[in-house]
Amino acid sequence: MSGNMNINLKVWRQKNGKSQGKLVDYKVENVSPDMSFLEMFDVLNDRLINEGKDEPIAFDHDCREGICGSCSMYINGRPHGPNQGVTTCQLHMRSFKDNDTIVVEPWRSAAFPVIKDLATNRSAFDRIIASGGFISINTGNAQDANNLPIPKGDADDSFAAAACIGCGACVAACKNSSAMLFVSAKVSQLALLPQGAPERATRVLNMVAQMDAEGFGSCTNTGACEAECPKQISLTNIARLNREYYKATLFSSEG
Amino acid sequence: MSKIDSKIPAGDLETKWTKYKSSVPLVNPSNKRNLEIVVVGSGLAGSSAATSLAELGYKVKVFCFQDSPRRAHSIAAQGGINAAKNYQNDGDSVYRLFYDTIKGGDYRAREANVHRLAEVSSNIIDQAVASGVPFAREYGGLLSNRSFGGTQVQRTFYAAGQTGQQLLLGAYSGLQRQIGLGNVQMFARHEMLEVVNIDGKCRGIIARDLVSGKLERHFGHAVLLCTGGYGNVFYLSTNAMACNVTAAWKAHKKGAYFANPCYTQIHPTCIPVSGDHQSKLTLMSESLRNDGRIWVPKRKEDAEAIRNGKLNPNDLKEEDRDYYLERRYPAFGNLVPRDVASRAAKERCDAGFGVNKTGEAVYLDFAFNMKYKYGKQVATLKHISNPTEAQLTEFGHEVIKEKYGNLFDMYKQITGVNPYENPMMIYPAVHYTMGGLWVDYNLMTTVPGLYALGEANFSDHGANRLGASALMQGLADGYFVIPYTIGAYLANEISVKSISTDHEAFVEAEKNVQSTIEKLFAVKGTKPVDFFHKRLGKIIWDNCGMARNVDGLTKAISEIKALREEFWNDVRVTGEANDFNPELEKAGRVADFIELGELMCKDALERNESCGGHFREDHQTEEGEALRDDENFKNVSAWEFKETGNWDLHQEELVYENIKIAQRSYK
Repeated sequence: MSGNMNINLKVWRQKNGKSQGKLVDYKVENVSPDMSFLEMFDVLNDRLINEGKDEPIAFDHDCREGICGSCSMYINGRPHGPNQGVTTCQLHMRSFKDNDTIVVEPWRSAAFPVIKDLATNRSAFDRIIASGGFISINTGNAQDANNLPIPKGDADDSFAAAACIGCGACVAACKNSSAMLFVSAKVSQLALLPQGAPERATRVLNMVAQMDAEGFGSCTNTGACEAECPKQISLTNIARLNREYYKATLFSSEG
Repeated sequence: MSKIDSKIPAGDLETKWTKYKSSVPLVNPSNKRNLEIVVVGSGLAGSSAATSLAELGYKVKVFCFQDSPRRAHSIAAQGGINAAKNYQNDGDSVYRLFYDTIKGGDYRAREANVHRLAEVSSNIIDQAVASGVPFAREYGGLLSNRSFGGTQVQRTFYAAGQTGQQLLLGAYSGLQRQIGLGNVQMFARHEMLEVVNIDGKCRGIIARDLVSGKLERHFGHAVLLCTGGYGNVFYLSTNAMACNVTAAWKAHKKGAYFANPCYTQIHPTCIPVSGDHQSKLTLMSESLRNDGRIWVPKRKEDAEAIRNGKLNPNDLKEEDRDYYLERRYPAFGNLVPRDVASRAAKERCDAGFGVNKTGEAVYLDFAFNMKYKYGKQVATLKHISNPTEAQLTEFGHEVIKEKYGNLFDMYKQITGVNPYENPMMIYPAVHYTMGGLWVDYNLMTTVPGLYALGEANFSDHGANRLGASALMQGLADGYFVIPYTIGAYLANEISVKSISTDHEAFVEAEKNVQSTIEKLFAVKGTKPVDFFHKRLGKIIWDNCGMARNVDGLTKAISEIKALREEFWNDVRVTGEANDFNPELEKAGRVADFIELGELMCKDALERNESCGGHFREDHQTEEGEALRDDENFKNVSAWEFKETGNWDLHQEELVYENIKIAQRSYK
């Protein structure tokens, strides 16, 4: 078909968390610009299975519509590739040119150990949420939803923070492997809502403590996380997290 | 053929659930601590059930195959969640939600279950808001609503086009809290591969740790399958890549009846297929039909010119466009239910009016409402009395962006076309499955102690689900139904001690799983798993999709049987069993899909009528609408597994005491 491309891939292959990995070259021919990046991997994997030499490349993916947060490829040195506001699964081959060489690696962070090839273990994020990323309300206790009006601006800001898909691109993008954007998004979402007020101080203290315990690095306000976030979570959330943290440390009995 | 008992409590529809809640046996807190519950799946149903049961004091284990419970496919639901709040003062009520759902399901759902669903719908919104779900709000600070198909009120709550994400993250945060408290043990990257029955009761599962490949045995006094639907049997669907029927199918093969497998929902507004490489299809939310008008050209030559790129659809005059839904269904217009909208699109495309290269697409056009509804509104607010067309577009653009921004971005990303300037092209695609494991009023399957919640069961949507009702059902089952109904079973189990997983039933079940895995590797054939999945999908889409007939279904059954043989003789599964091996996972799932596919076609063949999503070409009205046969088919088909390719059919009669059933009309 006209307009189809040949692509040279250099893909990180690693048998498991204990073994050494390396970049392996693959050529994928006749790639349609309408294909998604992951569909190109499907085609390559299909070929690898047919050839019977290499095992197919393992990578995390599921919804393929940019919302589940599974996909996590480091493409040409950028999490989720060259486009802004786009996950790997929503990256299409029309963003590349014929004969391009594309380097694909897993998320790079000590807190996200490699499981195999491009798949990593991101359970640290779940543990951070378990440490405080919630409102402690049991099922059945809620009052009527409209008894609590919330200014539209606050609700919108809270929603914008809540759009985080927990993919880990922010950590992968950060030279310090900091998880501040992820943590700040959850802290902000709940700090902006009156429902989140009772646990405001404990939440931020516990989540930050857990973040540190997981081995994520410190934030030095470089802003790479915001630039690479597929959901364009704003850096102002980190500023809010810092405010919340200082307030909790200095003024609350929890500190 | 035997009849089965749905255990619907006696009494008036309106008070049934309230009375039942007050009389269902309770388990006291000290006994709850000794009762273990296995929950498989962490979507809306699974997360909400696990959280609520853990809060009550039960010991809960949760399993999901994703790397985190937050990634379950509920996350991808876009448009909204229904609730009979009547916040809009537009005449909504529990009865109306109940009525719309029964009618929308083409009179093939259970009255008692649906009424209960409508009753608890309001509590779901309260619960979600209390747990920090940021729903869309009006300037006054109160919750906003919009319309969905098959209704004439605005009862849908939403968070932009990410309602499922926000609801799931709300349920997930509750689940994480219980995990942090030690009340729930979480097993991510684990796939359930067998249920374990002991003395006729379900007592646990065999799961595979997807990282190490090791098989594990887990005991539970009860097991809840919250494992979603089986739409991926079609290969191309709006489901996530790994959505599967395996958990439900293993349960089916261990005694759980499978109900109405042929009821599948084809969603009218999805991005059309672009090529052979396509791995999945993407939905464009039904909420878009609030403001998008669906049309094709009136004249075939215009359609052809558009297909050849000689005519820009924006240049086609208003009078040359056929807004076929508004024409055929004036009362509901673009907001007819999904099955009706899908068939109408297929009808137009089959007749030669399709607008993309393959002829399988229609337009969803926002230009009119962007300008004349929202553009005018904003102009009025800005006190501009004679706005230009360009101003109207500019003003309307902002409003549309706020309402549907992420959907428009997604459309542009996938197709490379800007939907703010050009009408979207859409076509129906597989989206949801109304069929599933048969459950009684308590959500228990035909295996005692084994439950099915959410999309995995069959109970609430009849033959067609209304938009924004899946999220409602998943959370209703998990938050507000199972915490009560499970007591009816567990109250009699308090003296049962945890059974050792060394029990022979566990050993036997694990051995079966092990041998299936070995069998898959032993084939050493020549074709990848996907090859078989794609072929299965095509057989089912062609013969058991939007339109079905006797010849096609008969042919499909024999083709699927042959495909099953071929799969087990020629599939190539690479890698090793004791390793992270996505190919092995897929192979097991496709093997189950092949068996299910046969049952779907069998069920479609057996049901000699049309209803909802099940459209049999030999049963239609003169106007091409679905023609039910209430005399013979006002029932649920529940299939009992005998052996591969062989089932017994049981029926549950549907009784309508509160709704007068009629030919469904949206005209």
